[in-house]
Amino acid sequence: MIKHTDIVILLPYILIAGTSVVTMLAIAFYRHHGLTVLITLMGLSGALVLTCIIFSIPILHRQITSLIIIDGYALFFTGLILAASIVVTLLSYDYLEIHDGHHEEFYLLLLFATLGTAVLVASGHFVSLFLGIEILSVSLYALAAYLRHSDRSIEAGVKYLILAAVSSAFILFGMALVYAETGSMEFSQIALRAAASGVHGLPYTAGLGLLVIGLGFKLGVVPFHMWTPDVYEGAPAPVTAFIATVSKGAVFALVLRYFSRVDLHAHRSLFVILTITAIASMFAGNLLALLQRNVKRILAYSSISHVGYLLVTLLASGPLAVSAAAFYLAAYFVTTLGAFGVVTVLSDRDRDADSMDDYAGLAWRRPWLAGVFTAMLLSLAGIPLTAGFVGKFYVVAAGMGSALWLLVIVLVINSAIGLFYYLRIIVALYAHPEEETAPRPALSLSGKAALAGLTLSLVWLGVYPGPVIEIIKKTLQSLI
Amino acid sequence: MILAWLIIIPLAGGLAAWPLGRKNAALTRWISLAALVLDGVLLISFWSDPSSQAALGRGTWLIELNRPWIPQLGISIHLAMDGLSLVLVALTLFLGIISVACSWTEIREKTGFFHLNLMAILAGILGVFLSLDLFLFYFFWELMLVPMYFLISIWGHENRIYASLKFFLFTQAGGLLMLLSILGLYFMHGRSTGVYTFDYSLLLGTSLTPQAAFWLMLGFFISFTVKLPMVPFHPWLPDAHTEAPTAGSVILAGLLLKTGAYGLLRFVLPLFPDAAMTIAPTVMIIAAIGIGYGAVLAFAQTDLKRLVAYTSVSHMGFVLLGIFAWNMTAMQGAIMQMLAHGVSTGALFIIAGMVQERIHTRDMDRMGGFWSTIPRLSGMALVFALASLGLPGFGNFVAEFMVLLGAYRVNVLVTAFAAGGLVFAAIYSLWIIQRAFHGEPREVWKIPDLSRLETGIMAALIIAIFWLGLYPRPVLNTTGPALNMQQRSMPVESHSNAGTMANISKREIIR
Repeated sequence: MIKHTDIVILLPYILIAGTSVVTMLAIAFYRHHGLTVLITLMGLSGALVLTCIIFSIPILHRQITSLIIIDGYALFFTGLILAASIVVTLLSYDYLEIHDGHHEEFYLLLLFATLGTAVLVASGHFVSLFLGIEILSVSLYALAAYLRHSDRSIEAGVKYLILAAVSSAFILFGMALVYAETGSMEFSQIALRAAASGVHGLPYTAGLGLLVIGLGFKLGVVPFHMWTPDVYEGAPAPVTAFIATVSKGAVFALVLRYFSRVDLHAHRSLFVILTITAIASMFAGNLLALLQRNVKRILAYSSISHVGYLLVTLLASGPLAVSAAAFYLAAYFVTTLGAFGVVTVLSDRDRDADSMDDYAGLAWRRPWLAGVFTAMLLSLAGIPLTAGFVGKFYVVAAGMGSALWLLVIVLVINSAIGLFYYLRIIVALYAHPEEETAPRPALSLSGKAALAGLTLSLVWLGVYPGPVIEIIKKTLQSLI
Repeated sequence: MILAWLIIIPLAGGLAAWPLGRKNAALTRWISLAALVLDGVLLISFWSDPSSQAALGRGTWLIELNRPWIPQLGISIHLAMDGLSLVLVALTLFLGIISVACSWTEIREKTGFFHLNLMAILAGILGVFLSLDLFLFYFFWELMLVPMYFLISIWGHENRIYASLKFFLFTQAGGLLMLLSILGLYFMHGRSTGVYTFDYSLLLGTSLTPQAAFWLMLGFFISFTVKLPMVPFHPWLPDAHTEAPTAGSVILAGLLLKTGAYGLLRFVLPLFPDAAMTIAPTVMIIAAIGIGYGAVLAFAQTDLKRLVAYTSVSHMGFVLLGIFAWNMTAMQGAIMQMLAHGVSTGALFIIAGMVQERIHTRDMDRMGGFWSTIPRLSGMALVFALASLGLPGFGNFVAEFMVLLGAYRVNVLVTAFAAGGLVFAAIYSLWIIQRAFHGEPREVWKIPDLSRLETGIMAALIIAIFWLGLYPRPVLNTTGPALNMQQRSMPVESHSNAGTMANISKREIIR
C-alpha cells in the first residue's frame, strides 16, 4: 500500500511526469520554443531540488511497494541524472534554434527519457526495470532521429530502434528464466532464494547471461558495441550527450545495484565473462578510437573504453568499488557533457562539428571554448586538476583493493593508449591557424552557462573532491 | 604556509600573466619574472633564518605543512622541506628566472599562454620537490607534464608534434606504473596496520614481503628512470630537447630530469631499501653503459641541440651511478651533478638557442668560424663546453669526481668504465667548439653578438657553475645531513653490506 509519506518521497518522479504533461498541453495551446524550454527547466530544477531535500533526510528513505526503492543510492543518481538533463536542455536550446522543424516535442521526449532513467536507478524489481528501460528507449528512438531532414540522424534512430528492441527481448527472456527458477522478480528475493536453494542450474545461469547481454547492449560494451559509433555520430549532438551520460549511467547504476544483491563472485562463469568483456571493451574502445578522424566517433569509442573502466568497479565489488563507480560516473557525466557541449555549440545548421578540421586552430579563434574542450579531454585522459584524474585514481584503487591485477594493468595500459587520441584532438586545437576564418557567432547565454558550470564542476571535483566523496560514502551506507 | 606560497606564487603569476599577454607582451614577462624573484626572495629569507640553519645542520625537516585534503582516502596536503629539497627548489627558481629571461626575445607569439605554461611547469616541479604525500606527489608529477607538452607542441621547432607526443606518452606510461606502485603500497600498508594513508612518513616503515617490495619498487624505479632518463628509456629525450623552445629545453634538462633523480633518492631508496639494494649492482652497470652510450651518440650528431641532448643522457648516467653506489660520497656527488648539469647543460641549450635565433638553423655543418664574428657568444660556448667535459674548477668536475670516488669503493670495474665516459665527454665538447666556433666559416653570417640581456643571463650561469666548482661546501653542508638522516631512517642495518657502507659513509661526510 502506498501511504501519504510515500507520495511525498515520490514527488521528484511525479514532478518530472507532471512536467511532461504540462509541456504537452503547453505545446498544444501555444507553440513556443523558449516557453517550452522554460517549463522543462523549471520542472527538472524543481525535481532536482526535491531530490536533494529528500536525499538529506535519511529517515524518508524506504522501499515503496516492491517496485521502487528510494534510498540514498537512487536519490544520488537521480540527482545526477536531473542535473545532466538540465545541462542537455540548456545545450539543446541553441542547437535546435538553428535547425528547421518543430523544436518543442524534443523537450517532451527528453523529459520522458529522464523519467525512464530515474525509474531505472530506483528500481529493485524486474517490472520497474523493464518499465524504466522501455520508457527510456522509446524516447531515445525518436530523439536520435529528431532531425528528420538529416539522413544520418534517421539512420541513427533506426539503428538504435532495432538494436534496442532486440536487446529488450533478451532482457525479457532473461527475466523470465530467472523468475522461473527463483519464483521472484525482486532483486533481493532472487538473491536470497538463489543463495538458499543453491540454484546454479543452467536456466538460472542462462537467464543471468541473457540479462547481461541485454544490458550490455544498452551499455555498449564489447561485443555489443557496434551501434555506439554510428548512433553517436548520427544523432544530434545534445542527444548524443544524453545517450553517453544519462542513458548509460543509469543502466550502469542499475547493474551495479543488481549485482550488489546478487553475488557476482558466486557465479564464476559470469565473473569470467564480465572480466573478458571489460578487457575487450577497454582495448577495442581505445584501439578503434585511434583509427578515427571524426570527433564524435572518437568520443563514442572512448565511451566504450570508459564503460570498460567502470566494469572494473563492478567486478571489484565492495564498498570501495561502489563509491569508486559513483564518483567515476559523476566525473564522467561532467566530462562527457562538457565535451559534447563544445561539439554542440560549434555545430551549425548543415551539420554537427564532428570533423577534425572544425577544431584546427580553435584555440586562437575561440580561446575560451578551446580551453573548455582541452579541460574535458584532459579529464577523459585522467590528468590532474580534473575530475577524471580523481575518478581514474579511485577506480584503479578499487581494482587494486580487490586484487584484480589483470584488470588494473589492462586499465593502466589503456589509459596510456587513450592519451594518444585525446592528445591528437588537443594538438589540432592548438595548431597554428592557416588563414583567418569567418567571423564567429557568439555563444548564447544558455550555452555559456552550461559550459561554465561544467568546467567549474570539473575543476572542483578534481581539486577538492572530499565533500563529494563524503556524500557518496554516506549514500552507500543505505544500499544493501 | 611558506611552502604552499612557494608553489602558489608562480602559479598565480602565470594566471595573471595569461590574460595580459594579448594586450601587452612585455608586462607578461615582467609579471612572470617578478613572481619568480619574489619566490626566490622568500626562499632566501627562509634559508638564512637561524632556525632553518639549525635544522639544516641536524638534517631534519626545516618546515612542514600538513592539512587534510581528501581525508576519506587518507590523502593530505603534506609539504615539507629538508636540505635536499632546498637546493633543488633553489635550482628550480634560478633556472626558472633564467628561462623567463631567455624567452624574452625568442617568444613573440601567444606570450601570455606561453608564460602560463612556463609558470605552471615550475609550480608542478616545486610541488614534486616539496610533496611528502604520495598522492600529492603523483598529482604534481602528472601536473607538470601537460604544460610541458604544450610548450613543446606549440612553440617548438619543425618536428614538434612528434616530439611532444613521444615525450608525453613515455612519461605518462611511466607515471601510471608509479600509480600502481603507490596504490599497492597504500593497500599493503593499510592491510597490515589498519591505517590507510598516502603519507610518506607513515609509509616509510611498511613491512613488505621481499617479493612485494621488489615489484612495488620496480614501478617507482621505472617511472623515475624514464624521467631521468636511464638507457634504454631515453628515446623521448633527444626529440623533446631538440624540438622544445629554448626555455623548454632548459627546464627539461635542468629540472625535469632532476625530478627523476629526486624521486629515486626520496622515495625508492628509503621506501624499499632492501629491494633497491638487490638491483643496485645491475643499475650501476646500466648507468655506466648509459654514460658511454650517451657520449658516443652525442659525438655522432650534427644538430647542435640534439648533441647537447645526448650529453644529458651521459651526464645523468653519473647521477644514477652515484645514487646506486649508495654511499655518502657518491650520493653527494650525484646531487652536485644534478645542480651542475642543470646549470651547464641549461647554458649550452641557451647558447644553441641563441645561435638558432641568429642563423635559423641548428645544423653544425652550416656553422663554423663564429669566433671572429661573435666572439663573446663563442667565448661563453667555450666556457660551458669545458664545464661539460668536467674540467677542474667547474661544478661538473666536483660532481663527477665524487661520484667516481664513491662508486670506486663499490665496483672498480664499472667505475673504470664510467670514467672512460669522461674521455668521450672531452671529445664531444671540443667537437662542438671545433665545428661551430673555430675553423673557417662555411657560410657567411652577418649576425649580432650577445645583447646586454644575453650577457647578463650567461654571466649569472657562469657565476653559478664556478661557485659550484670552487666552493661547493655550502651545498654539501646543506644536503649532507639530510641524506644522512634519510639513510639512518632506513632499516638497512639488517643488511650487513649496507650497514658497513652506511657506517663508512657517516665518517666521510665532507666537512
